[in-house]
Amino acid sequence: MLHINDLTASIGEKKILDGLDLTINPGEVHAIMGPNGAGKSTLANVLGGRDGYDVSGSVTFNGLDLLSLTPEERAGAGLFLAFQYPAEIPGVGNLYFLRTAVNSVRRFRGLDMIGVTDFLALAEAAMESVEMDRSLKNRSVNDGFSGGEKKRNEILQMTMLEPTLAVLDETDSGLDIDALRIVANGVNALRSPERSMLVITHYQRLLDYIVPDRVHVLAGGRIIRSGGKELAAELEANGYTETVAQAAAAAGAAR
Amino acid sequence: MTSTTTATRLRDLDQPDDLDGPQWLVQCRASAFGWLAEHGFPTQKDEAWRYLRLGPILDGEFRPSQPASELSCEIAQLVANLGGTRLVFLNGHFHPGLSTIGQNVQGLTIASIASLLTAQSDVPPAFLDKGDNPYLDGFAALNVGLAGDGAYIAIAAGVAVERPIQVVYCTSDDDEPVLSTTRSCVVAAAGSRAVIVETHVGVGTKTSFANNVTRIQLGENAQIEHHMIQNTAPTAVQFGVLDVTQAANSRFSSNAFSLGASVARHEVRVRLEGEAADVTLAGLYLPSSSQHHDNPVTVEHVAPGCTSRQIYNGVLDEKGHGVFNGRIIVQPSANGTDATQFNRNLVLSDHAEIDTRPRLEILTDDVTCTHGVTVGQLDEDAIYYLRTRGITEPVARTMLTTAFANEMVQRIDNPSLRSWVEQVVAQRLDSSTRVASGPAAITVGTAL
Repeated sequence: MLHINDLTASIGEKKILDGLDLTINPGEVHAIMGPNGAGKSTLANVLGGRDGYDVSGSVTFNGLDLLSLTPEERAGAGLFLAFQYPAEIPGVGNLYFLRTAVNSVRRFRGLDMIGVTDFLALAEAAMESVEMDRSLKNRSVNDGFSGGEKKRNEILQMTMLEPTLAVLDETDSGLDIDALRIVANGVNALRSPERSMLVITHYQRLLDYIVPDRVHVLAGGRIIRSGGKELAAELEANGYTETVAQAAAAAGAAR
Repeated sequence: MTSTTTATRLRDLDQPDDLDGPQWLVQCRASAFGWLAEHGFPTQKDEAWRYLRLGPILDGEFRPSQPASELSCEIAQLVANLGGTRLVFLNGHFHPGLSTIGQNVQGLTIASIASLLTAQSDVPPAFLDKGDNPYLDGFAALNVGLAGDGAYIAIAAGVAVERPIQVVYCTSDDDEPVLSTTRSCVVAAAGSRAVIVETHVGVGTKTSFANNVTRIQLGENAQIEHHMIQNTAPTAVQFGVLDVTQAANSRFSSNAFSLGASVARHEVRVRLEGEAADVTLAGLYLPSSSQHHDNPVTVEHVAPGCTSRQIYNGVLDEKGHGVFNGRIIVQPSANGTDATQFNRNLVLSDHAEIDTRPRLEILTDDVTCTHGVTVGQLDEDAIYYLRTRGITEPVARTMLTTAFANEMVQRIDNPSLRSWVEQVVAQRLDSSTRVASGPAAITVGTAL
């Protein structure tokens, strides 16, 4: 599904990702945790295709060279990125946007365009699943949405765009516990043997709701430790500083 | 009448030697040409004309148009279908065949100015001059000198006209550039209410020149909603003045959409003469290719306690040149004035140009006056966001540009007019976006 090999990313002289390796198999949910400045959001940006980074290494996604694709081609190929801070787009209606997006990815995937009636039926069902207020349908994309509404809108889009890999960047930030539960339910509803997820988070609490198969610790631009879901609890108990120090010591001892 | 039948350079146009019509009209025209001979056409030294190169226009040869030309396409293809009354002026002359007079409304008078010029012994309000300084500039004088037709709309006191009244000015040049001169007038008596839609359209490939003046007078408590949609042929030169006076407690709004023409100038002047009058002037200009869209706006607060709003948005693409020249004058008598002016511009190309010039002349202290100007590009974060949803870059850019422009379109209440304007605006923006986004991005322009 996803093979990241020796990925580096820098802005100017500053190296943010520094030799990151990661493999995600179909149906797996991986979590990436790490302290502030570890490179978590950069990883999401580089996978999404945002401009502004010097990138090297390789990322193979469903057999494609992901780094050579434009952001829209990546979406067409089955990648979805849920943003930490979704953009507000005044003047572009939410449902109009969503239908344009759905038909765009369908076009990339060689599928027929979806008609208005069918689209609306799907959108209604998807909005139901993320408990989204119907008044948000005809509002401008994320414009004036609360933090929780924005995140539900991300999950709504994820539901409609049917990705094979969803990258969730700090999806828990800015959410109260109810919103977190709703968002997590939306994500869990999308888990399937064909669909993988990469959950990027600073805190363990999201992983109480979206239980990962693997947990990785990102620090200094690379993954310094990997483990099962229990690693998240250990990190929460010990803090990042100690974990990073231990990993550094272990790396020293191994040399 | 040599000067009215053969093509003549605009700057050489002179008074026809055999003026006909009633005595007052002959005098009116003679005085206008006299004024023009004395003052000449404006130059770039005039504040209201400083961003417009008039030389090529004044050197252009035009044939003052004759009545009874035929239109080469269906009028319905050019204008919105609003039902109700539609007056069509083809090359400056009323065309009964293309026009429809809607239902009879008691207290509503609709006529062509031409019919008034021959029949009336009194000066119709459209031609009444304004005292000491009768003409704004040479083009306004030329308008009085040549105008032979236009719409006359009078709404009696207390009468509400529900359906929009559409006035269409259409230019159709068969073989040579046409000069069309129209002069329209709306007189809204106390407490009356109406919606006026002026549409400027054209077919043809010559550099035709249209010079329109529309006067609107609002009596006390009158309410006029006005729309101006300029979507003429890409070669046309289109000058227009909307000249409004408002009595106490009247409400006037105008939405101006400058879409077509090679050079278009739409001047709006509003005088708030009665207390607590309210005016909102909104505009959208979309110059691309090498279009020039000039928007001089003047709101003059004369009476106390009036409110004025100016909201103009511009989208500038390719080598388009837009001008917002917005003036607020608050006279010493206008205490308690509340005036705002906002101008936002979206610049899509390195070669486009915007000149935005707020001019505030405030001669009293008791005033709330706010103004703001922005000039910016599309939000790159928003474009990236759309692209991560599979929407291609050119489509994403068009979506955002259209959203910016639609803010103005959404100000139109009438659903038929709104959807028509939305459509013509979208067409404009789509073609300009395709060209502007360059070869690398052209490929998937039709992903929807």
